Amino acid sequence: MLEVKNLVFHPLDNGVEKSIIEDVSFKVEDGEMLVITGPNGGGKSTLAKLLMGIEKPDSGAIIMDDADITEYTIAQRANAGIGFAFQQPPRFKGMTVKRLLSLAAGCELPENKCCDYLSGVGLCAREYLNREVDNTLSGGEMKRLEIATVLAKPHKLCIFDEPEAGIDLWSFSMLVKQFEQLHKNKMESLILISHQERIIQMADRIMVVRDGKIAALDEREKVFPDLVNEDTGCVCMNPAHKA
Amino acid sequence: MANIDQITESVLEKIDSEGFKQEGAYNLRYNGYSLCHGNTEHITIKRKEDKQGIDVYISGETRGEQVHIPVVVAVSGMTDEVYNDFYIEDGAQVTIIAGCGIHNSGCNDSRHDGIHTFHVGKNANVRYEEKHYGEGEGTGAKILNPVTKIIMEENAVFTLDTAQIKGVDSTKRETEVVMGADAKLFVVEKLMTHDKQSAVSNMDIYLNGAGSSAQITSRSVARGESKQIFHPKAIGNALCHAHIQCDSIIMDKAQVCSIPEIDAKHVDAAIIHEAAIGRINNEQLIKLNTFGLSDEEAEAVIIENFLN
Repeated sequence: MLEVKNLVFHPLDNGVEKSIIEDVSFKVEDGEMLVITGPNGGGKSTLAKLLMGIEKPDSGAIIMDDADITEYTIAQRANAGIGFAFQQPPRFKGMTVKRLLSLAAGCELPENKCCDYLSGVGLCAREYLNREVDNTLSGGEMKRLEIATVLAKPHKLCIFDEPEAGIDLWSFSMLVKQFEQLHKNKMESLILISHQERIIQMADRIMVVRDGKIAALDEREKVFPDLVNEDTGCVCMNPAHKA
Repeated sequence: MANIDQITESVLEKIDSEGFKQEGAYNLRYNGYSLCHGNTEHITIKRKEDKQGIDVYISGETRGEQVHIPVVVAVSGMTDEVYNDFYIEDGAQVTIIAGCGIHNSGCNDSRHDGIHTFHVGKNANVRYEEKHYGEGEGTGAKILNPVTKIIMEENAVFTLDTAQIKGVDSTKRETEVVMGADAKLFVVEKLMTHDKQSAVSNMDIYLNGAGSSAQITSRSVARGESKQIFHPKAIGNALCHAHIQCDSIIMDKAQVCSIPEIDAKHVDAAIIHEAAIGRINNEQLIKLNTFGLSDEEAEAVIIENFLN
């Protein structure tokens, strides 16, 4: 189980302190799927980075299975069982897809295993195994490969930051199936940051993050209807605001 | 079979990735003389009479054979200058594995200058691999100054794959390629320098024949206080295609200077160059951290794969 207690993140921006994450607390149960959604710039990705150790909180605590991991490095968190799929994964000149998957798995993967992971995200192993993870791969291919790197190793908790971004419709259906399978097995807790209705509909619970705070956190059935009817706060589009 | 000592064996392992054996066509140059050599039905190696070096004759019937011609310098204070000429007949298909390793445990400089000329016949396909490596606990420098000239006839294909692995204090590489019609050249140059090492690589590619093409890829890592200068130049004298790509990772207090030059002298010459120098990307490090690798491990993986 993951427990986040009173997390605060106030980085300096040109010497001015900015409030990005403001006293955020929540839990993710074993095998649970929590989908984090909310407006752009609300702090979702930063929260994910704080969980992975990519950013350091100013205060608060992150507890995983009774161990306080707040001071852990990224690598220590990875070894403690957290997997992370980046919204915009980096490219590596000279590194083959096979090598990247093996590094992700923590051991040299046989071709049939690589094939399983790649086909799970809609990539054909024969075409991709020896290709380099450089700018010859499209944005969508990079995203699918990124998800395959997380699937290549069992984790206690997997965090996916907007896994659907840049992925075509056909591949998106495959991804949804992958998440459904992961969720069904209940082996790993899942945190997905997403704006996609189909992913949000898979959640056990939905958390809405806005202005660095939790605006809503409850079971899907309770939060989802409000999401659809949410007021955007846009003055020019909303006649009520105009008046 | 000639006896090969342990130091030489270990250097050979570094510079000959296929594994050096006293079989097939081979010539091992050790401390300035030919320690052993062998010919095959299609490949003949002859010692030069007028100067140091060998002439290698590769017949047109050669299909997929390898020629191993490593050089080991294991004495301190030696300057070894050698001229190797390769005559590759029309239609031959051959892989030539060269390479030079210096083991210098003394205080004087050890130096090897390998001057290679390749005469590549029509429709021949040649792969030439050359690895450079230095080792030894002495204070004497390990210096390698290769000169490579390649003359390609019509429709010939030449792949030049060079790598300087580590331990070479100073290198100055001069390469010149003259290409005939429809000839294809592939160059992959990999270089790593560290401490106070210096490396200079000048390359002139003359695309003289119509339909000729060249792909030059240079990847390097400069660490410590080392210095690197690259100057690849493609001269298009006919309808041709050429692409030069130089990528370098710079670390510590190193210096990398990359000067790709393209010179079109024909309206149908299409030549492109790209050059990039930069430090290891922080996002790459973080990504590998998320696999459980420490910063040091991640850095080593990035460099290893970059130089691949």
